[in-house]
Amino acid sequence: MKVAVITFPGSNCDQDCHRSVELAGGSPRFVWHRERSLGDAEAVIVPGGFAHGDYLRPGAIARFSPIMDAVIGFAREGGLVAGICNGFQVLCEAGLLPGALLRNRSLRFQSHDCRLRVERADTPYTRRYGEGQVIRMPLSHADGNYYADSATLAELEAAGRVVFRYCDPLGDVTREANPNGSLNHIAGIVNARGNVLGMMPHPDRAIEEVLGSVDGLALFESLVGTAVAATATARSEVA
Amino acid sequence: MSRFTVEVLVTPRPGLLDPQGKAIHHALASLGYDTVEDVRVGKAIYLEVAAGSAEEATERIEEACRKLLANPVTEDFRVTAGVRR
Repeated sequence: MKVAVITFPGSNCDQDCHRSVELAGGSPRFVWHRERSLGDAEAVIVPGGFAHGDYLRPGAIARFSPIMDAVIGFAREGGLVAGICNGFQVLCEAGLLPGALLRNRSLRFQSHDCRLRVERADTPYTRRYGEGQVIRMPLSHADGNYYADSATLAELEAAGRVVFRYCDPLGDVTREANPNGSLNHIAGIVNARGNVLGMMPHPDRAIEEVLGSVDGLALFESLVGTAVAATATARSEVA
Repeated sequence: MSRFTVEVLVTPRPGLLDPQGKAIHHALASLGYDTVEDVRVGKAIYLEVAAGSAEEATERIEEACRKLLANPVTEDFRVTAGVRR
């Protein structure tokens, strides 16, 4: 399963995502932001970092990088696109996901482990988790405060599109466990079709024991497994 | 064609939490500026634009605001052409 990992000037988690896909059994490939084609990629990861220095707004300039036309087209056709941290911000700016990521409520750059409650275990990204499971991984951002207008927020909740919420170790969603002030304690969402994921915490930094947690690996295993299944179905349909 | 200095003011939308404005408000209050009732922080962007008229420059940059300079989800913008810095 071939996964394109987009590298912008200022990306700093592209290597982490590359390794995550490899450990999950997929075949990652870096795609430079100036390229215009995703080639034969079966999934795309937009990694964390500070694309284009986060100037103007995080993701605002990256959204117009040449590769983004291909990423947007791929997503609109139902292709799997996951944005992690800065990647989430890029996907919101690109209009692939609703809402925006505002400055953290604390005004501080937050960098620490967090707990997430898996709200949906039936997305292409979370099949290897259990619903309600509490997982641990790092977060690292200044602008992770998810915001959407009340109508959009209601729509997300009604459709069950909130995939991860910040919680305490017992799985309770509390104000204290919310690191950035995000509405409804949202840490990750999917688009209406369910093929585009955005999340602020870093599953790519929780894939090996040496990193302190392996809870992120299942996300990449879910992604790799889903794309393989989709390709097999497409092939059998052609045959 | 003339050259116009175009000022773009980008501000957080009403009702949106503005933690930066809040922090500044607290700082002002602690300095005794207790008549300040609210603070919102935005940004000013200055562009030098070649255009036939101020209206043309304004229209062009308003389009750029919708595309890039402001995020319609969280920000409002105001464009004024011909101002001096």
